[in-house]
Amino acid sequence: MAAEVISNATKRFASGAVVDLHLRWPLEPPGVLILFGPSGSGKSTVLRCLAGLERPEQGTIRFRDEVWADAERGYSMPPQARRVGFMFQDFALFPTHTVVGNIAYGLGALTAPDRDARIGEAVRLLHLEGLEDRRPRQLSGGQQQRVALARAIAMRPRLILLDEPLSALDAPTRMELRGGLRRLLRTLAIPSVVVTHDWEEALALGDTVAIMTNGRIVQIGPPAAVFNAPRDVDVARIVGMETVVAGQCTAYADGLATVEAGGVRLLALSSGDPGPEVYACIRAEDVIVEPLGVAATSARNHLRGTIRSVTPMSALVSLEIDCGFPLSATITRVAAEDLKLQAGSAVTAAIKAGAVHLIPREGAGATAGTRAHRGSG
Amino acid sequence: MNWSAISVTFELAALTAAILFLIGVPLAYWLSFSSFRGKFLIESVVALPLVLPPTVLGFYILVAIGPHSPLGRFYADVVGQPLPFTFQGLVFASVLYSLPFAVQPFASAFDQVDRRLLEASWTLGVSRLKTFFKLILPLSIAGIVTGVVLSFAHTLGEFGVVLMVGGNIEGVTRTVSIDIYDEVQSLNYAVAGKTALFLLAFSYAVLLLVYAVNRKVWAVWPQK
Repeated sequence: MAAEVISNATKRFASGAVVDLHLRWPLEPPGVLILFGPSGSGKSTVLRCLAGLERPEQGTIRFRDEVWADAERGYSMPPQARRVGFMFQDFALFPTHTVVGNIAYGLGALTAPDRDARIGEAVRLLHLEGLEDRRPRQLSGGQQQRVALARAIAMRPRLILLDEPLSALDAPTRMELRGGLRRLLRTLAIPSVVVTHDWEEALALGDTVAIMTNGRIVQIGPPAAVFNAPRDVDVARIVGMETVVAGQCTAYADGLATVEAGGVRLLALSSGDPGPEVYACIRAEDVIVEPLGVAATSARNHLRGTIRSVTPMSALVSLEIDCGFPLSATITRVAAEDLKLQAGSAVTAAIKAGAVHLIPREGAGATAGTRAHRGSG
Repeated sequence: MNWSAISVTFELAALTAAILFLIGVPLAYWLSFSSFRGKFLIESVVALPLVLPPTVLGFYILVAIGPHSPLGRFYADVVGQPLPFTFQGLVFASVLYSLPFAVQPFASAFDQVDRRLLEASWTLGVSRLKTFFKLILPLSIAGIVTGVVLSFAHTLGEFGVVLMVGGNIEGVTRTVSIDIYDEVQSLNYAVAGKTALFLLAFSYAVLLLVYAVNRKVWAVWPQK
């Protein structure tokens, strides 16, 4: 049987909430699947069903050639037998155990030398040297997160499940650890499912993004494709970042990065060198639309383009501008009328450097389209 | 002081606390972790000794272990002597009488264990039984100590149940509290006062221990 996770399971809660886990996801080559959506959309439930911590009431979950859950037969493989590395949102470190005790916790079946080797490997991989004998409460949030990761991967899981891996951390730590987490998941090359409601995390970590709302996966595909081409208004609202374009960072100096995307040069603020491969992300409301020939403004990016479509939305108007790449902009209806904007109008789109968000996509090794993981039934 | 009564009492309390540890821990585990809806029925039964007059409890136990009940006959057949008015009968009664003092602290300690820690343990491949010993027990140690000590202390001071089930046999079932009662009846206030003071001091020391163990600053894992 193919190396895939195939699920058509349904989990019902006493409260009446229903989560449908309808998914077909290839495990080869090992990638990172992001479950993205607002809180309460059922992301964590999906993860818990995969871990065996929840039993679906209907349907089956298959992992490679194993049946993990079959509601009709009343079977659910216990979490102990699934060999998944699960990381909880609040880390759930054992307060009674040291850092090494936490990492060694699930390695009881190994011989002492093997166990020590695994612990050493996990400690090195997560840079926990010097913290071995500390208790969880003597660690900072970022250190706790790394211990939780080390514990989850020490047993060499077949599937890694991360529930909001960075949400318990403050913003600077989150930024710092995001890159580390991305590199770790690439190094391990173990299929991973990551739950998040942070679009930067989704773009930085994922090879495939599944958008969830109301207990269902409504769209699944490569991140840029999902973020740029939301299937419907719901998905568009959930992803919240209207323009995501893949580009190459060609220069970085003094906090300013130069990015080539779609034949256009963009200047972006960036607190560190983002690396050569990036996503440039622009919110539609950060785009200022001007008629051609307006004098210079403080905005660093002036992109010439042609309006492809004008879509009224109550007091606002949504524009699609072709300026080398498709750019979304929202302006007020009054402004659109004043500028007499319509499909075909030539305009300049002005974007401040600070409104261009760069998300590294190093080692993504995949361009949109080559890894469409959409379930094909 | 009547040293034979004191030794009977301590033997009874120690044995009762030990038995309650062995049966109370699984019972409390079930009460805390089971999702069975009728759980409250058992919880209420466990709590009954808290509100029943000891004489009522003692009466039912006496009837239940007496020669006219199946349980009493079965015991008499197997052991060769009936349960009432023996030390063994007293242990049986004390276990029931002190049940809530052990099970309730155990169960509330188990209730406080973060369920995510258990789930983390399971996903790490550790069975439920091993999770209990590796994680739940160490995390609940204060509650376990409290339950054992409280059931010990509570058994020390029991009176009504002992009188109903054990009678008042010197060296076998005469406990400290009954001894004090007897001395007062014979107007030996000095002896009764000595024994009473001993029991008071001991009980106070025991409760000091319980509250000390439950103080967070004294946490079971001292800060480094």
